[in-house]
Amino acid sequence: MSQARLAPGVVPGRLTPHELAVNFADVAPPLTRHEARVAADRCYFCHDAPCITACPTSIDIPLFIRQIATGTPDAAAMTIFHANILGGMCARVCPTENLCEGACVRMDAEGDPVEIGALQRYATDGLMAQDGHPFRRAAPTGKRIAVVGAGPAGLACAHRLAAKGHDVTIFEARPKPGGLNEYGIASYKAVDGFAQAEVDWILGIGGIELRHDQRLGRDITLDTLRADYDAVFLGMGLGGVNALRAEGEERGNVLDAVSFIRDLRQASDLTTLPIGRDVVVIGGGMTAVDAAVQARLLGAENVTIVYRRDQSQMGASRHEQDHATASGVRIICNAAPVKVHGNGTVVEVEFAYTAVDPDGGLHLTDDRFRLKADQLFRAIGQRLDGVPQDLALDGAKIGVAGPGRTSIPGVWAGGDCAAGGDDLTVTAVAQGRDAAEDIDAHLTGRPVEIPG
Amino acid sequence: MADLRSNFIGIKSPNPFWLASAPPTDKEYNVRRAFQAGWGGVVWKTLGAEGPPVVNVNGPRYGVIHGPDRRVLGINNIELITDRPLEVNLREIKSVKRDYPDRALVISLMVPCDEDSWRDILARIEDTGADGVELNFGCPHGMSERGMGSAVGQVPEYIEMVTRWVKQYSRMPCIVKLTPNITDVRKPAEAAMRGGADAVSLINTINSITSVDLDLFAPEPTIDGKGAHGGYCGPAVKPIALNMVAEIARNPATYGLPISGIGGVTTWRDAAEFMALGAGTVQVCTAAMTYGFKVVQEMISGLRDYLDSHDMAMSDLIGRAVPNVTDWNQLNLNYVTKARIDQDLCIKCGRCYAACEDTSHQAIAMKPGRVFEVIEEECVACNLCLDVCPVENCIDMRELAVGEMDLRTGIRRGTYANWTTHPNNPMAVKAAE
Repeated sequence: MSQARLAPGVVPGRLTPHELAVNFADVAPPLTRHEARVAADRCYFCHDAPCITACPTSIDIPLFIRQIATGTPDAAAMTIFHANILGGMCARVCPTENLCEGACVRMDAEGDPVEIGALQRYATDGLMAQDGHPFRRAAPTGKRIAVVGAGPAGLACAHRLAAKGHDVTIFEARPKPGGLNEYGIASYKAVDGFAQAEVDWILGIGGIELRHDQRLGRDITLDTLRADYDAVFLGMGLGGVNALRAEGEERGNVLDAVSFIRDLRQASDLTTLPIGRDVVVIGGGMTAVDAAVQARLLGAENVTIVYRRDQSQMGASRHEQDHATASGVRIICNAAPVKVHGNGTVVEVEFAYTAVDPDGGLHLTDDRFRLKADQLFRAIGQRLDGVPQDLALDGAKIGVAGPGRTSIPGVWAGGDCAAGGDDLTVTAVAQGRDAAEDIDAHLTGRPVEIPG
Repeated sequence: MADLRSNFIGIKSPNPFWLASAPPTDKEYNVRRAFQAGWGGVVWKTLGAEGPPVVNVNGPRYGVIHGPDRRVLGINNIELITDRPLEVNLREIKSVKRDYPDRALVISLMVPCDEDSWRDILARIEDTGADGVELNFGCPHGMSERGMGSAVGQVPEYIEMVTRWVKQYSRMPCIVKLTPNITDVRKPAEAAMRGGADAVSLINTINSITSVDLDLFAPEPTIDGKGAHGGYCGPAVKPIALNMVAEIARNPATYGLPISGIGGVTTWRDAAEFMALGAGTVQVCTAAMTYGFKVVQEMISGLRDYLDSHDMAMSDLIGRAVPNVTDWNQLNLNYVTKARIDQDLCIKCGRCYAACEDTSHQAIAMKPGRVFEVIEEECVACNLCLDVCPVENCIDMRELAVGEMDLRTGIRRGTYANWTTHPNNPMAVKAAE
């Protein structure tokens, strides 16, 4: 074992380049043609299939699986893309056990669903690897639409608008498009630059202009967008990160998990990325798992997720939780941080066990414990940042009615920044798509196409 | 433990599982391996007349129908009879039989349709020690173009004539192998019986084109851009074979004629079904070609378990289902059943609903929560829901008791009555006035 592996503090190079390459390889390698045919055969082609109902984008799953089974995977991909233009990424990151696969009747039959996610990836990868773009644009309408944010919601909205003949401009705050697909998910879920390749492929339809470093409220305003464009779609996600509200949170090496994940995704050489020997992650969602697992994969010796409620209430799917524990991550539930101890940088984190109030709220008990930590990641949710004035909110997010209509005429919203979603890529895609249909109907009077 | 020893027209074998005349029984090496694996008997791949051996194509000989996961459902072949010298085959047969006296070794024969040819070949095999001969009147490709194989099997008079020659010039038990490529299999069977055959075996392979290459636009297997029809066998042909076996077994003209059942026997259960319809032995090819000779071990243990669990001897099984094979007009039209869905077993796939709603009698209701229930007022008991249900025993057919109201017709179930006396039948037999 190398010295670097057990070095104290937050240091780079705990693992060799080879170890890192193995650790960050594709977590779920693609199906071969034969594997796909075998997996596809398990689909019962259900009537009014529960998996379709469970999919936020209503992909006709039995149809695309039958198309794979009969040797026409490109047709399968088109079935997917008609409903969900980000079907490639969704195949990788969807918590399928809570969605399509969780609803699969094979779960009742033998507790083992059809591998819908893997089959979707098989079909979409095959078509996306080919030259060109499979969708054609309708005749130009002369309408111009501004889309704020090049994440899943914005991209889905822009693609559908472009397909209908509108001209779209996407304003993206960051240097690269993709949103959380590019900056916010574990790198082993979308290897080989898939997020950027997918954006390039989507933009291949034409009619979409992408402008970088254009942050709403800094570089552009909603008022000017409304004045310059026929419609505006807001899909900028959640820019802010919730605070722990624990004493000592300002100490060094206390970081946002999203920043860690972002830096890891953007790092060109993982051996240069510093990681602690003892890492604590606070939170219970996908972000917490992605940060914790990747900390382990970078060589952290002890990684612990601490979640304030019961394990059954974690936002991360059971599959993700199992992936974390199988990766050597310890999960402690029903505990919340109360104090970050240290001298300049974090050394220990003190937690109190929680108990549930009759009203469902939590209170801290006197039962306390401390975890050694030279790095602490916050993964307790994000919040809307820099929301334009005049937009009515619903809770902490932009209020929407129906297919993403905000309180301001001509302005739609979808994805994580809008109320009513569940912070999933696939939900953001559905909302962006449906808003596009509504925008099109609003601008042209054409009927809304049934999604899917 | 059930005794599987078989005595079929005097040919004894330790079990009723024989390998059919086909590539697996082409030569000594294979047959010895088969006997080592436990096969009760073999029918040696068809010998032809003395002279230059036949030649086979040098491209693919087989076409295949795959299920998903490349499960072999059916194989089509364009291989001819043995392409090895007659002398070599005879020497090998003698050698194998000497070492395996307890196994059945039957020689399949196909020579031109003249008396001399048959007399000559029978003389040549006389001292091999073989237990019997099987006349290949079934091969549907290649040889049939030369007036042999199914070209004989399709003309009952030829079958009778050749069989008579064989019985005249040989003391060996004679099995006539029938082609299914005819309209009524009873006619060739009757002809064989008239000619003195000791038994019939069936079915030989079915004329077939397995598939068409959609790039070459040629049938498969494709030989340099062309394809010829072949003979189809394997699990896919079993229902056709079962029916033909049953037709012969229940035909008064051939009643009691021993039958060796062939056609898609893949498991012990397939074998037991053929035997229940009258087959004294079964012959297997495709299962061995797909999985190797070891499959016979499952057939032996499975048949033994079945007979033991039913406290039956093999002789109790053979032909036991024949009396229950009847004509449609004998079926009880007052037998009423209704589909019934076990909600605890139902996985809510809705296939029963789609099948019934789209293609049958709209007799299944889809209720909130994906609860599927039979509407007895509409159910004609067609059984399709049960057939398409992926869960075994989830749907069954409940038989109405005599006197119970059929909600569809509003008529109480009566006692046995068939079409011959049904009021809607213009030919109905009227009770004497």
